[in-house]
Amino acid sequence: MSTTLPTPLSNSAGAAALNSAAIQSWKESLAKTARPDWRDFWQETLAMTQRLFIQLQRRPSTLVAGVVQPLIWLVLFGALFQNVPAGLFGESRNYGQFLGAGIIVFTAFGGALNAGLPVMFDREFGFLNRFLVAPLASRYSIVVASALFIASLSLLQTAAILSLSALLGAGLPNFLGLVLVLAIVMALVLGVTALSLGLTFALPGHIELIAVIFVTNLPLLFSSTALVPLDFMPHWLQIVASFNPLTYAIEPIRYVYLHPDWSWSSLVLQTPFFNVSLAACGVVLTIFCAGSLALIQPLLRQRMA
Amino acid sequence: MVAAIQIKHLKKTYGPVQAVQDVSLTIEPGEIFGLLGPNGAGKTTTIRCVCTLATPDSGRVEVMGIPVLTQPQRVRQHLGYIAQEVALDKVLTGRELMRLQAALYHLPGPLAQQRIEAMIQLLELEEWADQKTGTYSGGIKKRLDLALGMLHQPDVLVLDEPTVGLDIETRSAVWAFLRQLRAAGTTILITSHYLEEIDTLANRVGIIDQGRVIAAGRPAELKDQLGGDRITLRLQEFTTPAEAETARLLLAHLPCVQDVIINAAQGNSLNLLVDRQAEALTLVQQTMATAGLPIFGISQSRPSLDDVYLAATGRTLIDAELAAVGQRDLKREKKQAMKGG
Repeated sequence: MSTTLPTPLSNSAGAAALNSAAIQSWKESLAKTARPDWRDFWQETLAMTQRLFIQLQRRPSTLVAGVVQPLIWLVLFGALFQNVPAGLFGESRNYGQFLGAGIIVFTAFGGALNAGLPVMFDREFGFLNRFLVAPLASRYSIVVASALFIASLSLLQTAAILSLSALLGAGLPNFLGLVLVLAIVMALVLGVTALSLGLTFALPGHIELIAVIFVTNLPLLFSSTALVPLDFMPHWLQIVASFNPLTYAIEPIRYVYLHPDWSWSSLVLQTPFFNVSLAACGVVLTIFCAGSLALIQPLLRQRMA
Repeated sequence: MVAAIQIKHLKKTYGPVQAVQDVSLTIEPGEIFGLLGPNGAGKTTTIRCVCTLATPDSGRVEVMGIPVLTQPQRVRQHLGYIAQEVALDKVLTGRELMRLQAALYHLPGPLAQQRIEAMIQLLELEEWADQKTGTYSGGIKKRLDLALGMLHQPDVLVLDEPTVGLDIETRSAVWAFLRQLRAAGTTILITSHYLEEIDTLANRVGIIDQGRVIAAGRPAELKDQLGGDRITLRLQEFTTPAEAETARLLLAHLPCVQDVIINAAQGNSLNLLVDRQAEALTLVQQTMATAGLPIFGISQSRPSLDDVYLAATGRTLIDAELAAVGQRDLKREKKQAMKGG
């Protein structure tokens, strides 16, 4: 293939095009402002998020698989346990109703846990260096961009799961209950995305990251109350599940499904050691989220110095 | 005037590998400074320390008078960095990537738009800007990479081996662009192991070998310091060692000849170092004719940057390249580059 290049501009003409008055005055104003502010943070975050959405738009298979997979879970697991005697799963009328909350949380968790993978590929490919050499207001924009993207996907998935559950006869939480469900999903996604990106910066490559995701994902599912209630488990597993953050996301959702009259003081979980109110679940999730974000700070800073 | 880049006693090790042992360089505003050396000499590590991608073990690095170690965020505003390997998102179009890049540098919307158009024009990307970068050829990718790096009009542009693996047309396009940048007052730090590239482009050159700067100055000065001219003489296409030795002894006695070595790597040709005088070539030819020795080819040249390197290290750049090939663990280097720190 041979393309004839048009003659390039002369040095001086090229220099004039590069050094326009507009860019010069922008650079002068930049020199005067001390630090980048939150507007800069939003600008970089939104641009990174937009990139992820363009990718999704041009490669929609992730979206399709992401929505279909939890629905398959719902149908298959629901069918598997459908003959379990009533009453075994707490107040839920049937297993399908019980399972909805677990699948919502597990799906959001899985999505967020995988958030680090595309960033790891960017890192391996060298694309991430573009972000690292740029004067970002904060490298948390990389985390927030991923979280925003995953959160949007999770919202779609949650809507699909809620709808299918409703069709299968599980009913729906009331409006405020739905708002609470979304808030819980958001908090979980932000916290887990932060952890996943932390791993992305800490681990040597995508093989290791996939390995960690692999050994984290299902064990956390099975040691939470996603598939069975706490009092169904052996004692040791009850202890593990009482400290599994997923439990604190699942139980409030399950509760608002069953109780339209929920309040912050409603008792949503009884562990072997303590009883947990809905408000307490909120506190646990907030701490988890803030803790994850704080935990990865040194990793984000690592290459700054 | 504040130096554009000031490096003092930079040292950086990766595990057992001493990538940079002791590098000190001053790069003046507005010049093109070439960092020349064989692969594995420490060029890329030096650059990574300048670009805030790696933390020096010791030493001081300043960009436009701002210390890299304590104020990396401010340094990044002044820097543009073009990595050796072009890393693009193949799903996005060139224009979309430029918009992303503009946002990373916080360019306001209208200005970003204007800059993107200017860059597309300057680098002749009109035809490609709205195509996904996955469809680009290597040359187009490099041109987009240059556009991305210059979008925010940095005061200092750092390029790591910008023309490795590029076709001739793109190479000259890159050179033309760098000359335009210099005319615009941008300081350019460029690494290369192509002698010719540094010789044509750079105002000043630093030659780096095994993590140390072994020579620095204007290319012409460095070459003049060596003194004398080079004559390369081939008796036959493939000269026998004995015949080459006979000629060597004969020529070494000429008063204008300072030194003669036999280059076994090039068919036992003779490399002569002679006084810079017009008749040197004729004298050599006459001597050969008188002795009845054949001449397959003969040429005279000024010292090149390769000779500067040869004089400082005792080997040519190409020899050093070849020697380095067997010693490097490219996989490990890639891992280090990813890890940074």
